[in-house]
Amino acid sequence: MLDFSILINNLDTYLEGFKNTVLASIIALIGSFIIGVIVAVMRIAPIKPLNWIGSAYVEFIRNIPLLIIAFFFYIGLPSIGVTLSGFVAGTIALAIYTASFIAEAIRAGIQAVPKGQMEAARSSGLTYLQAMRIIILPQAIKIVIPPIGNQFINLVKNSAILGMIAGLDLMYFGDLVSSHTFVTFPVYIFVAMFYLVLTIPLSLGVGYLEKRLARSH
Amino acid sequence: MDIAGALSVDHLKFLADGFKLTLYVAFISIVLSFIIGIVFGTLRYANIPFLSKVVAVIVETIRNLPLLLIIFFIFFALPEVGLKLSPTVAAIAALTVFESAMLAEIVRSGLNSIDKGQIEAARSSGLTYIQTLVSIVMPQALRRMVPPIVSQFISLLKDTSLCVIIALPEFMHNAQIIYAQNINFIIPIFVVVAFMYFIVNYCLSLIARRLESRQA
Repeated sequence: MLDFSILINNLDTYLEGFKNTVLASIIALIGSFIIGVIVAVMRIAPIKPLNWIGSAYVEFIRNIPLLIIAFFFYIGLPSIGVTLSGFVAGTIALAIYTASFIAEAIRAGIQAVPKGQMEAARSSGLTYLQAMRIIILPQAIKIVIPPIGNQFINLVKNSAILGMIAGLDLMYFGDLVSSHTFVTFPVYIFVAMFYLVLTIPLSLGVGYLEKRLARSH
Repeated sequence: MDIAGALSVDHLKFLADGFKLTLYVAFISIVLSFIIGIVFGTLRYANIPFLSKVVAVIVETIRNLPLLLIIFFIFFALPEVGLKLSPTVAAIAALTVFESAMLAEIVRSGLNSIDKGQIEAARSSGLTYIQTLVSIVMPQALRRMVPPIVSQFISLLKDTSLCVIIALPEFMHNAQIIYAQNINFIIPIFVVVAFMYFIVNYCLSLIARRLESRQA
């Protein structure tokens, strides 16, 4: 049933899609981490309006489909004069969407560090930002790594959405291969295998980290 | 931007029809996934030689695939091997396959969260393993599974939008039909659709949070 000649004859096309899926995932991960840290800090900073903005971002973005965000950048922005390629629009959408989950994970991690630590740091003369950077964040990072790892796996899976906006990823090139070969079933079995090559090692890695970091507590 | 034109009564009715189908598909899928998830999660928890391993491989494979790929595959690839489904059935099938794997994990971690001492106590007071599972472990575990299942339902509602790829006439699809008429409708329609999803999902997330804090 599985005709491996399809994979071999179209290997270049598959690999091009695979490369773009990896690239979009890595760029979106870095972007979402930066936005996530900023939003998390806004949510816990001792300034009320910042808290509100941070909470509004997390609650709104987490509760709407990624597809709307992607369509907004790919279809919505051109209607008011800003045109982005599918790859760029999709990667920005992935970063914005994943950032809301990462911000939540980071906030939970920071709040898991006992309050007394901050109080002790502040009373020994550190400023709020210094205390955050030197005392709280290094401890929070350990708690935060496994959930961020899980979000990265979701990010890789969600990157399939690029296929819906001509984002040149695995799904998109899968479509191209099936339009050359006139078959769909085997073509997408191979697409699935490429995804699993990425996500299964990531899942195993995150599972391992979860166990190790749990032991070190 | 043409806000009044985009949000005419007819358009809003059409969006509401789409939203009804989104809720319908999501609800049927979560019910089916719950049933399959209970079976798969329990089988994986019970450590039956060979069978639990097979279930683990199935669950992990599905969990590590993009949902979009599963939807696409069920609707476009299965007809090649003789299984042709309507968009609605294909959507429910795809969402159920994906969510079953997610719920199986929720069920398994729910079961794992019950203290092993309870099983030992039940077994030594004469209950069989099955009886222990059904009347001691499961009732307590089910209560702990409710908040994560509500959260999972939120993702399911969001993910139903991916079914635009198979032209299922759900919320996002109907929105597309409206904004395809006029470029000035695009942004207002996106805003309305996003807020609609937000309101429903935010309410659900508040329920999930309340349930969670009551249990803690």
